[in-house]
Amino acid sequence: MNNDTILQVDNLKVTFDISPEGAMPWTKSQSLLAVDGVSFELKAGETLGIVGESGCGKSTLARAIIRMVPAKDGKVVWLGSDLLTLDKKTMRGHRKEIQMIFQDPLASLNPRMNIGEIIAEPLKTHYPKTSKSEIKTKVKGVMERVGLLPNLVNRYPHEFSGGQCQRIGIARALILKPKLIICDEPVSALDVSIQAQVVNLLMELQEEMGLSIIFIAHDLSIVKHISTRILVLYLGNMMEMANSADIYANPRHPYTQALISAVPIPDPIIEKNKELILIEGDLPSPINPPSGCVFRTRCRMAQDICSNEKPEFKNATNDHKVACHFSS
Amino acid sequence: MSFLEVNNLNVEFDTADGKVRAVNNVNFSLEEGKTLAIVGESGSGKSQTVFAMMGLLAHNGTSVGSVKFDGNEILNLTGPELNLIRAEKMAMIFQDPMTSLNPYMRVSEQMAEVLTHHRGLSKSDAVKESVAMLDAVQIPEAKSRIRMYPHEFSGGMRQRVMIAMSLLCQPKLLIADEPTTALDVTVQAQIMKLLSDIQKEFGTAIILITHDLGVVAGNSDDTLVMYGGQVMEIGTTEQVYANPTHPYTQGLMSAVPRLDHDGTELTTIPGNPPNMMLLPEGCPFCPRCKFAKSECKTKVPELIFTGTSGSHYRACNVAVEELV
Repeated sequence: MNNDTILQVDNLKVTFDISPEGAMPWTKSQSLLAVDGVSFELKAGETLGIVGESGCGKSTLARAIIRMVPAKDGKVVWLGSDLLTLDKKTMRGHRKEIQMIFQDPLASLNPRMNIGEIIAEPLKTHYPKTSKSEIKTKVKGVMERVGLLPNLVNRYPHEFSGGQCQRIGIARALILKPKLIICDEPVSALDVSIQAQVVNLLMELQEEMGLSIIFIAHDLSIVKHISTRILVLYLGNMMEMANSADIYANPRHPYTQALISAVPIPDPIIEKNKELILIEGDLPSPINPPSGCVFRTRCRMAQDICSNEKPEFKNATNDHKVACHFSS
Repeated sequence: MSFLEVNNLNVEFDTADGKVRAVNNVNFSLEEGKTLAIVGESGSGKSQTVFAMMGLLAHNGTSVGSVKFDGNEILNLTGPELNLIRAEKMAMIFQDPMTSLNPYMRVSEQMAEVLTHHRGLSKSDAVKESVAMLDAVQIPEAKSRIRMYPHEFSGGMRQRVMIAMSLLCQPKLLIADEPTTALDVTVQAQIMKLLSDIQKEFGTAIILITHDLGVVAGNSDDTLVMYGGQVMEIGTTEQVYANPTHPYTQGLMSAVPRLDHDGTELTTIPGNPPNMMLLPEGCPFCPRCKFAKSECKTKVPELIFTGTSGSHYRACNVAVEELV
């Protein structure tokens, strides 16, 4: 573990118990492996992008890191202590250092609180002795920082547009001066012109406050824009991880290649002449994942070995890891 | 004379807070077998434009203007008259396939209904043809899966069912309202490929409504950019992308990060999409436009020829040369 590593996730596994189709009350529940052995390190000030299709476990991974869902196995080492083994009280101490921003900006704000109360709530929870006037100044300061007029403090969430609601969510996450912000699809519900505003704001804040960011999204172009490194997940498994320029210029996993090829580029000349690598079919059910490599059922390079043996997630070149039997 | 011609289309809604004009003097035309993309943010009026054409406006909406389809005026026809055109000559697929399919009916019944109603086929013939159509949109094991309910399909498969259903009567015009917005990129690529294959095979004209500039680039012949219910710019997709002449189009183009470019800071369009209740008197984009002049506040710009190439029009009070 490097000195500047603030978060180390080691072989994290999350399972959900679900009842099978047509289950009777006495039927044994099945277990669904949502995150299957994910490991990565995050350095201070770095942005890790996590991409994958819906159902690949990216949100579950984020939630498991801050114990919003219980992890089955593995370690989440935050500044030297394993978050998964901490008792509730010690964990709460760490929660103020790790904050989260959610996908649906309106749904993640309490409709019955005005935005002053919403933004101040983390402060009141973690520092109950803060004086009223201090809370007021801090709320005002953070609102100005994220581009909200402080005189809106008494308004309610429904009076704001989607982009503004997301700014409120960011203000709420920032007020505790966290070291890490986990953004779960923060811009996918927003209009194109508003997406750019929010992405720019996050990048400015990161530079200013030395934040680390885990940025989860399904939009590869935004992830590439904001991230230092990118982790590609498929059915809860790590497929590839590399720095963002490298992963785009030189994707090594057939899944990453297909994913990149599927992202439309806003240029008609490039787009109409592009050779598309299509992935056939849909995501297999995570209840019954394919044997061996989980991607083999949709992979254009799959061979016998792929169904028999699970590929190891290993270094292809320096700092470029990939889980594929055939990656060059 | 084009196969579809929309002239001075206006849509207004009568709400408790007064009249809201959702679509304002929209003009465009479409040739057979071609694709027109309508791009815009939420509230730009792109969906209401096609809802008006299809006679699907909410009960408090009224539309004025002219929509000529195959030479006949179709705007504001009565339900029974429209039913002779809908499905048979023009069909629509919607953004969210789960809410537009009937959850209580098997796919076989929903699809067969179209054929028994419009073409008078018997139930068994109708199901047979539906299976063939599901095959055509590449749903594996169509014969057994047609007996399933919509919830038993994945999102991408459900969208395929919708597409298959809309194609049953081989319409000449297919309107796709954000067909891939709810889908993953990999599935989006499959569906867009399917739509373009269908277009080649049946010669269907497509109106593609989306906010994704990438999808537009790869899948359309012409592009129409809407904002605040008005057409801001229209031209061939190549023209609009290579040489955007409206400040809004330019802003949109530079606000999307591109996978093939390395990240510099994204240029943003300040402010928020317009509140249609409180549209400015002049150009709807004026409050967010960095080139706005004083006349933009009062004068609604007309859609005029850019003067550069064939079919490229823009609606802006500021001359192209001044936009730097």
